[in-house]
Amino acid sequence: MAAASIIAVTVMLVYQLYTNSSLPRQKFGLGFFLGRTWDPVGGDFGALPFIYGTMVSSALALLVAVPLGVGAAIFLSELAPPRISSALTFVIELLAAVPSVIYGLLGIFVLVPVLRQGVMPFLKTTLGFLPLFKGPIYGVSMLAGGLVLAIMIVPFIISVSREVLMAVPVEQREAALGLGATKWESTWQVVVPFARVGIFASVFLALARALGETMAVTMVIGNDPKISASLFAPGYSIAAVIANEFTEATGDLYLQALIELGLVLFLLTILINGLARLVIIATAQKGAVQG
Amino acid sequence: MKLKTSITKMALGMAMVTLGVCAFVQPPAAAPTPAPAPALLVNGAGATFPYPIYSKWFDEYHKLHPDIEINYQSIGSGGGIRQVIAGTVDFGATDGPMTDEQLGQAKTKILHFPTVMGADVPTYNIPGVSQELNFTPEALAGIYLGKITKWNDPAIADANKGINLPDSDIVVVHRSDGSGTTYIWVDYLSKVSDEWKTKVGKSTSVNWPLGLGGKGNEGVSGLVKQTPGAIGYVELIYAIQNHMPYGKVRNSAGVFVKADLASVTAAAAGAAKSMPDDFRVSITNAPGKTAYPISSFTWLLVPSKIDDPAKKKVILDFLHWMLKDGQQLVEALSYAKLPKEVVAKETKAISLVN
Repeated sequence: MAAASIIAVTVMLVYQLYTNSSLPRQKFGLGFFLGRTWDPVGGDFGALPFIYGTMVSSALALLVAVPLGVGAAIFLSELAPPRISSALTFVIELLAAVPSVIYGLLGIFVLVPVLRQGVMPFLKTTLGFLPLFKGPIYGVSMLAGGLVLAIMIVPFIISVSREVLMAVPVEQREAALGLGATKWESTWQVVVPFARVGIFASVFLALARALGETMAVTMVIGNDPKISASLFAPGYSIAAVIANEFTEATGDLYLQALIELGLVLFLLTILINGLARLVIIATAQKGAVQG
Repeated sequence: MKLKTSITKMALGMAMVTLGVCAFVQPPAAAPTPAPAPALLVNGAGATFPYPIYSKWFDEYHKLHPDIEINYQSIGSGGGIRQVIAGTVDFGATDGPMTDEQLGQAKTKILHFPTVMGADVPTYNIPGVSQELNFTPEALAGIYLGKITKWNDPAIADANKGINLPDSDIVVVHRSDGSGTTYIWVDYLSKVSDEWKTKVGKSTSVNWPLGLGGKGNEGVSGLVKQTPGAIGYVELIYAIQNHMPYGKVRNSAGVFVKADLASVTAAAAGAAKSMPDDFRVSITNAPGKTAYPISSFTWLLVPSKIDDPAKKKVILDFLHWMLKDGQQLVEALSYAKLPKEVVAKETKAISLVN
């Protein structure tokens, strides 16, 4: 019954988002997804820069956070002495509970200056031939948005992955060691594959948070709805524009365009979660066949 | 049966949360006067920019009339306009006047009453320049259109003889959230630049030709302070309270004026002569030698027909009080007072509410 209530909430949510965004759907149709202009004065609304910003910042976050997070989880569950492991785990779970606005402040006052003065000039001189690292350096940028997200989701990945790795039966490890495997081989060839499904799940949980994150992103991403190949350029995300413009949105079309953006974000999340589920099912079956 | 219990539980849970929130919210409001519960509650909602002075006014008014409480929620101008059109609040408040289209949507005629004034000031961060810069309207429009990209551009340098401006890039900063502050800024740019008017226009948020977006005055000022070569705009009150340096702007009489409470009030006085009867007027680029050009009213939105006689009495009385005693409180909070011409005109207009 509790599950039914969750479905009811989801249905009501979609219904509300759908019915309250009829004007822009009539006016722009599918063009809403491809439009690149966001002009509240002229009444021309397109979602592409926001969809792009949401996807790129989240992808960037995963790119950084997954190796770090999974690596840290393996260290904590397999290698670290129990005392260090439990102390670090406590701190990491604390980090997972820090409100996002705090990460935003960290982004503005620490991350952005470091990026502007150190990391970005370095990337520009060494890898400046890539379109990813071209253009003027402001500090606030898609790169900053992605990195703040990465910092925010790492604790999630570590925390969940560690639990999953801890749940791998001791017998599995003992069997591997008993067959003459080293600690390294046992970890990489037995424990991690065993926990693979759970690790994927932790990554997708983190991705879901990254897609919907609002405050921390809007504080460092630069809030400019343009699509640029360079990670140094400012961008914008769906959640950020809704939070920024909803309160002062006058005019029905404008307001409803923002609500339609909400619907787009919802669909994007469902799509990605659906994909995640497929990946998990596929890997689980593969595991079953092999093992 | 199972469904029923779970729903009951959910409802209970929600009720408890609501109660919890109420319990948390109410004490500060009720604390100063443990007096009897107010007999009359008047609800308003809207603009955030005048919230500090409005909450001061409603608090003072409540002290004078302990049986009346005026409740104001600063949900933003857009929300204020929507709610007053829908009739879910007794009055609204906005930083930009309602459009004809919006007025047409309301069941009863909505009246605008200017309450206080605010202004936007240009603030900047140019390494090696600590002097106060002069900005011409052409320079500001050019910078925000992306046509002027260097600090030593003649359009800026000619108005600042004797200051050694560097050959560095200008980084444009604007508000990312929809706001009355943005409305004033782009309303001004629309008046001084035809190109801005046709290409960008005015609203609480616009399709900016370029630049970085910061959330709130603090977001903009943070970006400007951090980014070498940046220029942004913030509310005058915010600049005064945070001791931020800001530039002068050339007004319609050709004088470079630094924004302060007097020059903002002067702008309203300059515009008072041509003030339309519904008070829906922009006072940016107002005439007058001492007028600061990027100034604006903020308005209360009152329905011309109020059905509840008790509420009507309170709102009318409050409007009179606000124009007389209320105006004495505004400067302490760094808002600019209404000029006496406007007060006189508004006092007459109150009789339109019935």
